[in-house]
Amino acid sequence: MTQLETSSFDRSLLLLVPATLFMIVLFVYPFLYGLQLSFRPAEGGWLANYAKFFATDNLWGTIGTTLKLAVPATVINLGVALPIAYQMRNKSRYQKWITTLLVIPLTLGTVLIAQGMLGYFGPKGWLSQALQFLHIYDDPIRLTHNYWGVLISLIISGFPFAFLLTLSYITGIDPTLPRAAATLGASPWNQFRHIYLPLLVPGLAMAFALSFVQAFSVFPSAVLLGSPAGATRVISIAAYEAAFEQYDYSMASAVAMVMGLVQLVVVVAILSARGMFYRGPVSGGKG
Amino acid sequence: MTSNFSELRLDRVTRRFGGGKGAHHFTALDALSMTIRRGEFIALLGPSGCGKSTALNCIAGLLPVSDGGIWLDDTRIDVLPPEKRGFGMVFQNYALFPHMSVARNVAFGLTMRGLPGGEINQRVQRALDLVQLNAHAQKLPGQLSGGQQQRVAIARAIVIEPPLVLMDEPLSNLDAKLRLEMRAEIRRIHRELGRSTIYVTHDQDEALSLADRVVVMKDGVAQQIAEPLAIYSEPANLHVARFMGYRNLLPMNLRSTDGAFATLEAGGFALRARAMQPLGTGQCVVAIRPEEFEIVAEGGENTFTAQVSNVEYCGRDNIVDVQTAAGLKLIVRTDARLRAGDTIVLAIAPDRALAYPDDGAGASA
Repeated sequence: MTQLETSSFDRSLLLLVPATLFMIVLFVYPFLYGLQLSFRPAEGGWLANYAKFFATDNLWGTIGTTLKLAVPATVINLGVALPIAYQMRNKSRYQKWITTLLVIPLTLGTVLIAQGMLGYFGPKGWLSQALQFLHIYDDPIRLTHNYWGVLISLIISGFPFAFLLTLSYITGIDPTLPRAAATLGASPWNQFRHIYLPLLVPGLAMAFALSFVQAFSVFPSAVLLGSPAGATRVISIAAYEAAFEQYDYSMASAVAMVMGLVQLVVVVAILSARGMFYRGPVSGGKG
Repeated sequence: MTSNFSELRLDRVTRRFGGGKGAHHFTALDALSMTIRRGEFIALLGPSGCGKSTALNCIAGLLPVSDGGIWLDDTRIDVLPPEKRGFGMVFQNYALFPHMSVARNVAFGLTMRGLPGGEINQRVQRALDLVQLNAHAQKLPGQLSGGQQQRVAIARAIVIEPPLVLMDEPLSNLDAKLRLEMRAEIRRIHRELGRSTIYVTHDQDEALSLADRVVVMKDGVAQQIAEPLAIYSEPANLHVARFMGYRNLLPMNLRSTDGAFATLEAGGFALRARAMQPLGTGQCVVAIRPEEFEIVAEGGENTFTAQVSNVEYCGRDNIVDVQTAAGLKLIVRTDARLRAGDTIVLAIAPDRALAYPDDGAGASA
């Protein structure tokens, strides 16, 4: 018997092959294809698509329109998810039920949500009729086919995601830490402020980045519940029009690249800001 | 809260879990009453699930009591939230705030009290000096060893100058050598500061070496509250005896009693033993520590012949398994050199053999 051979190649790395192939075929290749396609416009130089995008108001304005939807939706989702998840941090009889209830919208498709909202929030919907019946607000309220419809839809579909992420970060924090803080004289608010919040910041940043990306790529609800020609002409609508109304795939690719770039800039900004905070284990010691 | 109190009084403190109905209902702590004097070091000792940590959490305010009351002199404190009690607590996993430096961890309780920055710095410095960690003040807890983290936890608990320091198995996550060092450290800090301390542990050596008084617990009930010497040599009942290392538990029948002593017999041999409790109708258990046996040259009162079946070498002495002529198996610790198969005569002093009425629990602790 000789010594165990130390192979220079770790064969378990082969297990990565399927996943790598999957990524190459379904992500890397389409992305690179779209990237090079965006530099081969129907007419003009290789940057003509991008020049056109930033020179045309109803194209580059979509960035602002989309941000105006995605940022408030993300802030509201996280802002509401955080206190609820914080209340849910301790196991209780109700936790399972409330969590289930809050997460149900995740299982509904955007279209189903849109359908329901049209019936509920529309000019002849229950909400409007109920308010008029109670004489709380007599003019017909419009919460569909405009900015508010899309925002509400983004909140309904995005909240469960933000909530589940936040809940998992909160329950991951060692519960003896706030107890220790309490014995040292910290009131419940100070326990949140000095223990939970600083330990949650990295997780919240991550949740913000993921929720934002999701909201920024809004498409069906912007069409079904918004005014796709006006206040909710989001960037994905611009890409859709280029691809399937003008059949200009090159332009559509350019729009998609801009969209990806904006998402990347925001995510990188958020995650590098996260680097300024403590990131590490969220337990209080060994054990 | 001030540290100038004279006593902490637990009055039938009870904690039940599982609400009111059904079989899930169970009493983790049953009517614990005791008075802790200023400066006293109390150890709550017992196996896991005996209610010792429940008692500590009730005192700290981390668990509400179901019944009874806790009084600091004339103030009833069991109705206060933990942040109003101001007891310093050291947790089993230390519970250091991972995002704060050692100095900020120690300063936390002072910051919460709104003390001026200069005084905070001074007191943090003094506390870190006491636990000899000033060189590490700016490190994060994650960069420290287990023993250092432990000392930060102690510094953080005592810097607020609490009337009472609570320690929940603070040494159980350390290795054996460090545990001994930290034990000495805890004793030194207690001596220097004279803070009343309640210390929860399942390790009888820790309890005996640290405490002024030990509370031995089982199933939520305090079995014996006494000084270490009394706990060790005069266990109040069979449970305490088992827990304190009386490994030989011989079921015997009572034959006669005379005052504090009793004569018992089993399988043809008789033993004179000290009656620790009223012995009742006859079924008894005699508890003897392995190290209390003596090997003698020839028979007399309280001696019996036994054959060595196994010898385990432990350095200073040996743990020897023997079997008496009547088939009784005993464990003996002795420094005599023995070999399996040897026949020896064992003697036990009557006041070192403790007789208890049989509690039906057998040899299990």
